[in-house]
Amino acid sequence: MFDDGSPIYRQIADQIKAEIMNGSLEPGGKVMSTNQYAAFYQINPATAQKAFRELVDEGVLYKQRGVGMFVAEDARDKLAADFRERFFERVLAPLVREARQAGIPLTDIIDYLKAQEGVLK
Amino acid sequence: MSLSVTLRDVSLRYGAEAALTGIDLDLEAGKIYGLLGRNGAGKTSLLSLVAAFRKPSTGRILVGGEPVWENASVVSRVALIREGGDFDDTETVKATIESGSIRPSFDTEYAYKLADRFELPLKKRVSALSRGKRSVLAAVCGLAARADLTMFDEVHLGMDAPTRDAFYKELLAEYLERPHTVVLSTHLIDEVANYLEEVVIVDRGRILQHADIEAFQGMGATLTGPAAAVDALGLDALAEQRLGGTKSITVASALDADTRERAAAAGIEIGPVGLQDLFIHLTDPNRNGA
Repeated sequence: MFDDGSPIYRQIADQIKAEIMNGSLEPGGKVMSTNQYAAFYQINPATAQKAFRELVDEGVLYKQRGVGMFVAEDARDKLAADFRERFFERVLAPLVREARQAGIPLTDIIDYLKAQEGVLK
Repeated sequence: MSLSVTLRDVSLRYGAEAALTGIDLDLEAGKIYGLLGRNGAGKTSLLSLVAAFRKPSTGRILVGGEPVWENASVVSRVALIREGGDFDDTETVKATIESGSIRPSFDTEYAYKLADRFELPLKKRVSALSRGKRSVLAAVCGLAARADLTMFDEVHLGMDAPTRDAFYKELLAEYLERPHTVVLSTHLIDEVANYLEEVVIVDRGRILQHADIEAFQGMGATLTGPAAAVDALGLDALAEQRLGGTKSITVASALDADTRERAAAAGIEIGPVGLQDLFIHLTDPNRNGA
């Protein structure tokens, strides 16, 4: 499950973000504990803790002492902007680069995307 | 209560031969450490000193802040499990498990639960066990010791892959239930990497590296692409391979954003270096300066 080369705590943080975006974690909802994460993913609990700390620093989660971790009310808005930025950086930038290497004009790609929009509607 | 470990300028000699030289090491209480090193690097010597199985030639070793040598109250809270298990071969498995209870923290009920789970034949004599079952018996006694500092010295060696996996799972479950200091000595690094918080690499009797697992995971990269473009980056390669016009290099440092950008623009693929590969490169005897 952890194989894209980035640190595991970041992959866990990304996964929690994805769960918030797709609605499986609701704003205000409680997140599993570090120990539950550690047992589920078979990782050191300190690694799970690092993921949580990062998400708290980003304002995506908040901590209630003695109770646990919760999803911030505005987490989804915060993440939406993030996701948009990352989509361009991680998906579109390499696409443009590969198209250039293969000699595919960008106008062809634009035409293709426009056709897809028709299909999706 | 978990135990910390402190070594200051520790050395160990076997006659004229130096097994360990100038070791300074701090292990914090309550973390899981990986102790990595090639065969003969000094892993077992180091662990034997921490467990007070041996006395250092020079230097100080503190466990839980106290000198460990001839300190029964500290030593009773430390467990060092070696692959063979240091058992009396003439005893049965059951008697071996029962004798674990000379240690006050030993959990006999848990030991039997584990013995059942790992299918240990209780009535067999230790001498009749396969290498794998013997390792399992050692691991079971180590887990059930419920010590405050538990060190497994390549105890996984005789186990097959599914048994090792079950052992790591049980180790983590026990750790989550009862946080304590754990040291796993191994060279099957990628298998245990996710369980570790920090990694110590021993090489030729010295500490080569000690860092967070994340620091190791971000330490190296492989770059593969047109040979001229790879060379143009001017990176210090630990290892390189060529296939026709394609070149692949391994570097032991994190890449900065500028290098990543230049590499991507030149059509160079950047990949991670597994901890195992990094370890192989770092402890390569042909590397200069090591």
